[in-house]
Amino acid sequence: MILEARALAFGYPGRRLARGLDLALAAGEVLCVLGPNGGGKTTLFRTLLGLHPALEGELLLGGAPLAALGRNEVAQRLGYVPQDHAPEYAFTVREVALMGRAARIAFFGAPAARDFAAAEAALEALGIAHLAGRPYTEVSGGERQLALLARALAQEPLALVLDEPTANLDFGNQVRVLRQLRRLADRGLAVVFSTHRPDEAFHGASHALLLTHGGAFHRGTPEEVITAGNLQAVYGVAVKVTAVNGTRVCVPEF
Amino acid sequence: MHALTRGPRAATWAAGLALAALAAIALSLGEVALPLGDVLAVLGNALGLGSAAPEQAAQIVWQIRAPRIAAALLIGAALAAAGAAYQGMFRNALVSPDILGVSAGAAAGAVLAIFFSQNAFLIQAAAFGGGLIAVALAYAVAAAARGHDPGLALVLSGVVIGSLLGAVVALVKALADPLNQLPPITFWLLGSLAAATPRDLGLAAPLVAAGLAPLWLLRWRMNLLALDDDEARSLGVPVSALRLAVVCAATLMTAACVAISGVIGWVGLLVPHAARLLVGPEFSRLLPLAMLLGAAFLLAVDTLCRTATSIELPPGVVTAILGTPAFLVLLLRGRRRWQ
Repeated sequence: MILEARALAFGYPGRRLARGLDLALAAGEVLCVLGPNGGGKTTLFRTLLGLHPALEGELLLGGAPLAALGRNEVAQRLGYVPQDHAPEYAFTVREVALMGRAARIAFFGAPAARDFAAAEAALEALGIAHLAGRPYTEVSGGERQLALLARALAQEPLALVLDEPTANLDFGNQVRVLRQLRRLADRGLAVVFSTHRPDEAFHGASHALLLTHGGAFHRGTPEEVITAGNLQAVYGVAVKVTAVNGTRVCVPEF
Repeated sequence: MHALTRGPRAATWAAGLALAALAAIALSLGEVALPLGDVLAVLGNALGLGSAAPEQAAQIVWQIRAPRIAAALLIGAALAAAGAAYQGMFRNALVSPDILGVSAGAAAGAVLAIFFSQNAFLIQAAAFGGGLIAVALAYAVAAAARGHDPGLALVLSGVVIGSLLGAVVALVKALADPLNQLPPITFWLLGSLAAATPRDLGLAAPLVAAGLAPLWLLRWRMNLLALDDDEARSLGVPVSALRLAVVCAATLMTAACVAISGVIGWVGLLVPHAARLLVGPEFSRLLPLAMLLGAAFLLAVDTLCRTATSIELPPGVVTAILGTPAFLVLLLRGRRRWQ
């Protein structure tokens, strides 16, 4: 198992968001995390990344307890892709990807040839090598998301955690990013991503996790978790889950 | 954004050559104008080239002008380096080296020292200590203010501490003897390189070097402080420790400068920005160019101050007159970029 949670409780002292969460993600598996605003997706991710302490239970990364790993060791195993944001400085796309090497460069060091090569390879794997010299502030939102993904790949991690990677993207870029995630999983990464669109659980994810306001959660395959009943209970709107050409879609009722 | 991305090395080399030429010109200008040839001959002599240089020119160059020019170079470079570090770290191109109250603290320390004594060394020591204490206070307040963005908390507590210390300065000015104490206080608050001696340089240069060393060693990793804290941590960066190290380094450099020259504003705000336009935000390219441009800018301003009119102009006034419009341009342009 690459990423494992055992009886995990997360939240803040005095405000527990959920408890008893078990997860096990192997290479090639993709977990789609859904839930209402304020349902705890961000806190769960910060906990998975070791940025926020777990209240109970244990997290394992590549078999090692997350709590026992140093920041650098976590960064060598787990790549994080934050939500797209407007950066202050016009670093080039290449420089952004290179930052993913931080955990593999000596503290007082500078990137060496193999770091440049890893950044370049990450850009190429995502098909944005031609943007390498462009300022990160001047490429489109979808390209920026791919640049952040390239930065995470340059970490050479075992697993990726992506915070709403398709938010703020147009329809084409949403599909492209989800396809990339599926491809990366097929190459042996474990992937966790969050989204507000339940349909995306059916686009290449092997597992789904649906968090609720009350701290309960649904966990299983996308087909088990994304049901009309669960969606209605969590989001409070009537939804039909049906299939179009073999792919399930969620259709709200009007 | 940055036009010369293709040739960042070229920009740095060009700035270095321009600085050398500017320094030679500055050595030739002054109350006694020296022909540039004489200046070059004096410099050649120092390098052991054995060129014939007039005795008087050598005296003017080494005893009168060189210390002051060296002070301008040192202080300009140090303020620009500190500014580049702060702007990167606070993810804001509109902050300056005195954002955490180092200038206000140094001013309060110096003004109090002038009020109670006229000892030059004591004034410098009080300025240096006051600057460090102000930043330490701002840092302690920000560390205690949990639940805020740490960068923002640091800037806000710096502003608050700075305005408190500004009140101390105003109080001392109100109480000071208008004939004996007020003129040196005013002179100090406006900043000047006129009184910089080789001894001052000997005190400030090691402190500046001590502050610069960590910035140079961390020149690549500094880039990661421009990311959100969580993002940088997820890449393996110990954000809080790194930020503390950079605050200490930049404060040390700034306080050492302020202690010998008084408060010279704007250099640390504008110069890193200009350097960023030329080579982009990547810190290992930005730092050397910002230092060269800072040295050149302050040398040009100071040379103007001592030669333009029959009286000495305070360089802090000239940098403010040049700085304010430039800052407004940055502010308005910056907003357009966000839209």
